[in-house]
Amino acid sequence: MDVLLILVPVALGLGLLGLLAFLWSMRSGQFDDLDGAGSRILFDDDVETASRPPRATRRR
Amino acid sequence: MVANAAPRAEHACAHCGAILGGSDSARFCCAGCARAHDLIEQLGLDGYYARRVLDPSARAPKPELDAGEPAAAPPEPDAQGIAAGHYMVDGLHCAACVWLIEQVLLRQPGVVSARLNMTTRRLTVRWKPAEAALDPARIVAALGYRLAPFDPARLAADDRGGETELLRALAVAGFAAGNIMLLSVSVWSGAVGEMGPATRDLMHWISALIALPAVIYAGRPFFRSGLGALRAGRTNMDVPISLGVLLATGTSLFETASSGAHAYFDSAVTLLFFLLIGRYLDRRARGRARGAAELLAALDAGAASVIGADGATRRVPGERLRLGDLVLVAAGERVPADGTIVSGMSQLDTAVVTGETRPADIGPGSRVFAGTVNLGAPVRLEVAASGKDTLLSEIVRLMEAAEQGRARHVVLADRVARLYAPVVHLLALVTFAGWMLAGAGWHAALLSAVAVLIITCPCALALAVPVVQVVATGRLMRRGILLKSATALERLAEVDTVVFDKTGTLTEGRPVLVEPRAVDAATLARAAAIAANSRHPLARALSSAAEARLGHAVAASDGVVEAPGLGLARGDERLGSRLFCGVAPGESDGGSDGPELWFARPGMRPVRFLFADRLKSDAAACVASLARRGLRVELLSGDRAPVVADVAGETGIARWRAAQTPVDKVARLKQLAGEARRTLMVGDGINDAPALAAALVSASPAAASDIARVAADAVFQGDRLAPVDDLLAVARKARRLVRENLALAIGYNVVAVPLAMAGFLTPLIAAIAMSSSSLVVVANALRLNRG
Repeated sequence: MDVLLILVPVALGLGLLGLLAFLWSMRSGQFDDLDGAGSRILFDDDVETASRPPRATRRR
Repeated sequence: MVANAAPRAEHACAHCGAILGGSDSARFCCAGCARAHDLIEQLGLDGYYARRVLDPSARAPKPELDAGEPAAAPPEPDAQGIAAGHYMVDGLHCAACVWLIEQVLLRQPGVVSARLNMTTRRLTVRWKPAEAALDPARIVAALGYRLAPFDPARLAADDRGGETELLRALAVAGFAAGNIMLLSVSVWSGAVGEMGPATRDLMHWISALIALPAVIYAGRPFFRSGLGALRAGRTNMDVPISLGVLLATGTSLFETASSGAHAYFDSAVTLLFFLLIGRYLDRRARGRARGAAELLAALDAGAASVIGADGATRRVPGERLRLGDLVLVAAGERVPADGTIVSGMSQLDTAVVTGETRPADIGPGSRVFAGTVNLGAPVRLEVAASGKDTLLSEIVRLMEAAEQGRARHVVLADRVARLYAPVVHLLALVTFAGWMLAGAGWHAALLSAVAVLIITCPCALALAVPVVQVVATGRLMRRGILLKSATALERLAEVDTVVFDKTGTLTEGRPVLVEPRAVDAATLARAAAIAANSRHPLARALSSAAEARLGHAVAASDGVVEAPGLGLARGDERLGSRLFCGVAPGESDGGSDGPELWFARPGMRPVRFLFADRLKSDAAACVASLARRGLRVELLSGDRAPVVADVAGETGIARWRAAQTPVDKVARLKQLAGEARRTLMVGDGINDAPALAAALVSASPAAASDIARVAADAVFQGDRLAPVDDLLAVARKARRLVRENLALAIGYNVVAVPLAMAGFLTPLIAAIAMSSSSLVVVANALRLNRG
């Protein structure tokens, strides 16, 4: 059963990683515009002045 | 990729895709489109035309020359010299529109950033006013979209904060529930196999390590609300939840420390997880409803052009107008305040205030009311009433009085919860006392009591209502119906009487050419070419009638001069009022007295175009369908009796009342309420607003006056009435599903509680019972999406 001492922390660590990734993406406003984000990637390629959401206007 | 039906590219307008006339070699249907196309080409953004994907039913927005959108007062720059403007964008239909608007704005000098959120349709533009003067509304309007400025401070942000807090708690609870369940499953499968007590204890300790912080973090919303209720001397659904979760965690910790066989960490955390899902869905539905309401309120702030002592005009928000101010009301603009006309002759559309369809003639000395629309020439008006004395505030007062009278509606779930919490506490207490009396010892008695609290935790109950609400609002939203109030669905389901307004609700609310076939096609085309130069509603009606008859848009002819308030002239041809075209007052074919336009050409008899407010295409069908559902339909209108009688006859409404003032409408609704009728009021005018507030539940079309949309519980898009029928159908189905769900949840408790009281409940059985009941309830709610 010694293998548990490695596997349990590894499983928990991976889970935590996912949780942190979700919290981070929520904080950085990636869930604010679900409809627009999907198509935005198709259009931004050839434009040099692509605008990012200004951090100051973000809601917390 | 221009429009669907264009046989050859050169026959469709290069900007909006409207089909052009056969022999016409022009590339554009109108000057507005040409200008928009130029603007896009100049900025090197012609990629837009390749990128947009036109839905066959949706056309690219058609820009209006001289779009009369009032300029808002420019936003103040902040410390870095950057001003931020917030706008609502109307007319978006695909991502290419988003791209185009952002790029066009970004290429204006001084613009720092432009970001358009496609989901919320809100545009934020940040620019440096010191470098360049910028009016984003004007630029975007030139592309054919409409921009309405709004003040983000007027949208409450705290609600969003609550939503993200719930989502974070949900994420933490989900993580903890998944991991603890993983450990629990190994304990359960180990219990029948060879797992030693030491390994089991290790698993329990790791579970405790995850569960304790998770419960403390994710349980806060429940603890707070439960504590608040207890402090106020009440009890709500959150009290048994908090008690159950805390006791389950506490006893499990004790069991783990004393090396016991059962720990309920998984139950405690899974419970929180499910409950948070329900709570989050509920909050989101409420937040959306409130967001819709607040947006309408924020858009409400209109601006007026005040003429200063020096003769210059400046834009002032409507609420800041003072008594005696001179205001310029441009053609097509709304009158911002009650007042008296000082100079100018025009016609006024008063439908929104009185329900009257015939435009009223106004001249110096006429008294006009806020909310009416100036159809003809610009006029100057002296503000005669402001603040509390305007007709509008009178209406608002009526509305508030009516709202107070509306019985406080208690949501079904709350009514259930009020009964539920005491029963649960009593059951747990009885279990504890029973086992103590039976001599089981306080340890076993407490474990059974905790098991009762866990199993009765209203998991399924907390999901039963919000899931149905979310599915129902989602389904309505896809059909263009916006619910502004979270309790609207429940109130809609009880409706047994539907009261309609006439103008703008049952009818289109704008003039339509009567019998376009009475005039030959060449004459119609010629008149429409002149009419295309004007924004007057009658001229527009003529243009669209010609477009429908000829199958293509009529290009505006050159050299047309508009005589404000009278008509249009092109050389010797004249299109306009009877007087303007030199027609003798008595001459008239047909006795009808609707609004009319005359078209006079040298050497030919003047032609008369007669207009009427037409019924919405499915008005009669909708009324018939409502009657089939067993609903009583009534018509209350401010218009004259003969017109109302006609409409009632055509739609098959037996009960109608004409010439109703706002007070009369409220009185009638009160009377209906007195007869124990539950009324849905559908209306759009300013004069309907008090009635909308007085009814049990109300709906208004998206094209309605601001105040009516604010007062209504539901707003539906499009110029059809079918959404009213949909609204009632979905609400009734949702009510049935909610009841089924509640029955399922309670039925589950009836089976599971005796088990828990008898002490048979192991953590495994608790986990299975809780998850399965929640899944059944969710699956049942999803049935609403079918059929």
